[in-house]
Amino acid sequence: MTEGAAPAIVHLPRSLVALFPGVERRVPAEGATVAEVIDDLDRQVPGIRNRLLDAGPSIRTHINIYVAAERASLDTPVTPGADVHVVPAVSGGR
Amino acid sequence: MTQRMALLVGTPKGAFVLDGDADRHDWRLRGPLCQGWPIHDVSVEPDTGALLAAGGSTWYGPAVWRSEDLGATWTHSSEGISYGDDGPKITTAWNVTAAHGIIYAGVEPAGLFRSRDRGRTWEHVAGLTAHPTRPEWQPGNGGLILHSIVPHRTDVDRLWVGISAVGAFETTDGGATWETRNKGVRAGFAPVEYPEFGQCVHKLVMAADGGEHLYQQNHCGVYRSADGGRQWEEITNGLPSEFGFPMAAHPRDPGTVWTIPLNGADRGRYMPDGSAAVWRTHDGGDTWIRSGKGLPRRDAYVGVLREAMAVDRLDPVGVYFGTSTGQLYSSSDEGRTWSMIADNLPPIWSVEAAVLA
Repeated sequence: MTEGAAPAIVHLPRSLVALFPGVERRVPAEGATVAEVIDDLDRQVPGIRNRLLDAGPSIRTHINIYVAAERASLDTPVTPGADVHVVPAVSGGR
Repeated sequence: MTQRMALLVGTPKGAFVLDGDADRHDWRLRGPLCQGWPIHDVSVEPDTGALLAAGGSTWYGPAVWRSEDLGATWTHSSEGISYGDDGPKITTAWNVTAAHGIIYAGVEPAGLFRSRDRGRTWEHVAGLTAHPTRPEWQPGNGGLILHSIVPHRTDVDRLWVGISAVGAFETTDGGATWETRNKGVRAGFAPVEYPEFGQCVHKLVMAADGGEHLYQQNHCGVYRSADGGRQWEEITNGLPSEFGFPMAAHPRDPGTVWTIPLNGADRGRYMPDGSAAVWRTHDGGDTWIRSGKGLPRRDAYVGVLREAMAVDRLDPVGVYFGTSTGQLYSSSDEGRTWSMIADNLPPIWSVEAAVLA
């Protein structure tokens, strides 16, 4: 990422920020890919990477990540100022 | 000194705490805690009084939670609870047990992790996963889960674990190496009745004398061991069924344990004849006594899961169990009479009783 460029804005779900008291729903984070953005997010919110990623590393099965409203993987490029949405899947029924 | 009680309850919809006094008659419910995560086990760190909760979220994975203010606020971590990027994914933590300043967590798929920094970071106890039988471990109905963790009372290097459909193991060197501890335990569902491993231990507990006497409720019977699990002796005779999940040991009398037989593995897994009862022995399993006084005598087709029975350390001992249909029962006379102290909870996965100063 170019130094001085606008960071991405990571939009976090309510159920995730509830695990980290004080964390806002929108967090600026830097990185050229989704993986790098999550790494930067984890520097700001220690432990949040473990909530989003599984072994592999891979995005957890019931977590979806979107970059500029497109479904993303860890390798997906993130442009400066992009919106990155973390969306829990509509899972369950129990 | 005035004593307070806290019953710690794990459910698929979060943890709960029932606050009570030493009379054990009036209880007040708090919860759901842990953000409504599925919580398989809640226990107490003995040297600090911190609450520990083991669970896993459908969305956010496994974690061990910690509260230093009796459940008002919590932190959580799974840092290090991993088999590595090439290993199997860990879905949930099933048991959390603290002893000797170390916290242990049992997970699914079966493995053991420990923390030496109060649960902030975790390390894999790789010696168990490296056991030569590991490639042949097969999951039971509840998954391939390490659910029982029994630390020796004084020897920090000795520890027993129970893994469903695999059996019991012991380490005497702090987790570096492990040996199977299933001799004398039946595997009635297997082609070989007494294999080295593959027995379906449901719950492993240590007797009050604190070293070599162990008990287990198994898929196929109830057992005792006088030598740390090297040899087991079946003590099912006198019980209405060989099948059940929970077991709890008296805190002072090594001959007293409680169990809750269910009608059978393939017959619904409810209390026999729909008549609720807890069974206890005072002679190490030579004889068993049924007590259903205060419990539903009919039409109670409920189950009780492996972690859902507990004892306190008051005198007389309080015994508690939670059902798969959300009722919590208490006895303040060592299991002779019972009363319901909570209803309409989610299915109860675990119960622990803490006596607070």
